[in-house]
Amino acid sequence: MEIKKAAMAGTLESSDAQVSVEPGTKGIELSIESSVIHQFGRQIKATVLETLNRLGVTDGKVTVVDKGALDCTLKARVECAVYRSNEVAENLPWGGVIR
Amino acid sequence: MINAVGREIPEEILKLTGKEGYQGAKAKDNYEFTRGAAKIRAMVDPGRSKLAESIRDVLTKCGIRDGMTVSFHHHFREGDYVVNMVMEEIHKMGIKDLSICATSLGKAHDPIVPMIEDGTVTSIRSSGVRGKIGEAISTGKLKNLAVMCSHGGRVRAIESGEVHIDIAFIGAPSADEYGNLKANGGKSNCGVLSYAMADAQYADKVVAITDTLVPFPNVPASISMTNVDYVVVVDEIGNPAKIATGAAKPTTDMRKLRMADYCTQFVINTPYFKDGFSYQTGVGGASIASTISLAEEMEKRGIHMGFGVGGLTAPMCSLLERGLVDVLVDTQDFDLGAVESIQKHPDRHIEISASEYANPFNKGAYVNKLDFVILAALEVDVNFNCNVVVGSDGVITGAQGGHPDTAAGAKCTIVIAPLLQGRIPAVCTNVTTVTTPGETVDVIITDYGIAINPKRQDLMECMKDSKLPIRTIEELRDMAYSIVGEPDPVQFGDRVVGIIEGRDGTIMDVVREIKPYEFKD
Repeated sequence: MEIKKAAMAGTLESSDAQVSVEPGTKGIELSIESSVIHQFGRQIKATVLETLNRLGVTDGKVTVVDKGALDCTLKARVECAVYRSNEVAENLPWGGVIR
Repeated sequence: MINAVGREIPEEILKLTGKEGYQGAKAKDNYEFTRGAAKIRAMVDPGRSKLAESIRDVLTKCGIRDGMTVSFHHHFREGDYVVNMVMEEIHKMGIKDLSICATSLGKAHDPIVPMIEDGTVTSIRSSGVRGKIGEAISTGKLKNLAVMCSHGGRVRAIESGEVHIDIAFIGAPSADEYGNLKANGGKSNCGVLSYAMADAQYADKVVAITDTLVPFPNVPASISMTNVDYVVVVDEIGNPAKIATGAAKPTTDMRKLRMADYCTQFVINTPYFKDGFSYQTGVGGASIASTISLAEEMEKRGIHMGFGVGGLTAPMCSLLERGLVDVLVDTQDFDLGAVESIQKHPDRHIEISASEYANPFNKGAYVNKLDFVILAALEVDVNFNCNVVVGSDGVITGAQGGHPDTAAGAKCTIVIAPLLQGRIPAVCTNVTTVTTPGETVDVIITDYGIAINPKRQDLMECMKDSKLPIRTIEELRDMAYSIVGEPDPVQFGDRVVGIIEGRDGTIMDVVREIKPYEFKD
């Protein structure tokens, strides 16, 4: 998938993450801020990159402001932001690329 | 060297502090030493007044100079005005290189940070530090090592002469002009002055700061005129609203209630739960809820408590009202209910000194007589070591308090912690920093189950028919990790900025400078 326009998903509530995506051309430019970065920074980065990879996103600016979200939440927020950037809100591929 | 809790204590830190690494909870039993002593200036002339005009005046009279050690107590908690009031005056006088020996420092003391940055304050010894002082230490702004000690360990350091206090400042809710000090009877009462008692006995100069001067004699005094050099009257020594944050509301959090229920069930299934037992608990929601549910079981079974120890709160004091405990011995009041109780029941709610409470190096302290202590922790590891000082971001953010003292003393030490705080697991492979050694911790109670220290086979036996969800500590950790993932260790810098002092004066662990997180590809 392509990031077609700026989009956002998630909140800044505790145990959630806010993920913003913007179009780009220089690969994935990822920025991560997290309240648990010291202990989970590596895993947050891995989860976000894995999710983008699964969605076939190869270019774009991705900003994650994490408040201690679990991996499942991070995945959902990344997926949601990418689909919103494509204005897709229906017929989502549940069980396909969205796992 | 690697100490008895498996922590690497750098040789240069051992050399710098002249300390040994921790060798075990009872390694210093029978240790012999001669107590330190204060330099006393005799008060022979009955015509001489102890009243000083101002903080500035008293600092001059005490001969404040560079390099001195000044001490404070924290009974006013987040409502304390005394530390900032004295330190601001010292700062204005241009004094440098001071050591602060406090019983604890909190967010109320954030204004000390610029004094750390400009070299007014270069050493800190405290039970712990919260707020901006913690950040300042963790980012390497304090020139010398910060020493985090337990309440008992602080008294040990003072009485043994390891720490010598030049000037002690004691915020006194009421005082007479000759220095008889009480924790009550003033505008802002704090219930007890327990933590200041060693300071009064062992400091060269003792200054009472009060906002309520009462007629002589102010008796019975918590601290006697025989130990006080000067009395200063100021407008306010503290904000009563913050001294006590009001009676803690009983929690409605289902996780905490479940842990409280587990705790009560555990307690009543041990052989120590019998008429005349002793008990201490903290101020956390689950601890308070467990006190409330334990009281019901006590009433039901006709069992009453011999004595309760605190750190007291209204729910503990209500046991006294209900005739469920004979006597409460008190070193600190966490709410107004406790402050009221000690005034209402002077015969059964008794103020004790910090030394009587927890000092490992006197001839016997209350903690040694505890059956149960119910504690909390930021982290517990698979060796039952607890961390109550350093946050998951590596920043110093809590206090040892009486945690290691009561754990070492009690027959049954129970730590209550929710398995997860957001994404941070409370049970882990290795705590960031050890403050309380696992050999003194018997039981971990989480909302997902209970782990008993394998060295307490007797307790395991007691719980066989209890229907409580007994797990191994590794199972609890694995449950946590299966939900949140396995946390990486915090990336610290190299410089050691503080030590966690064991209650016997050895080094339990070191705290290193934090550094910005780096992604490693």
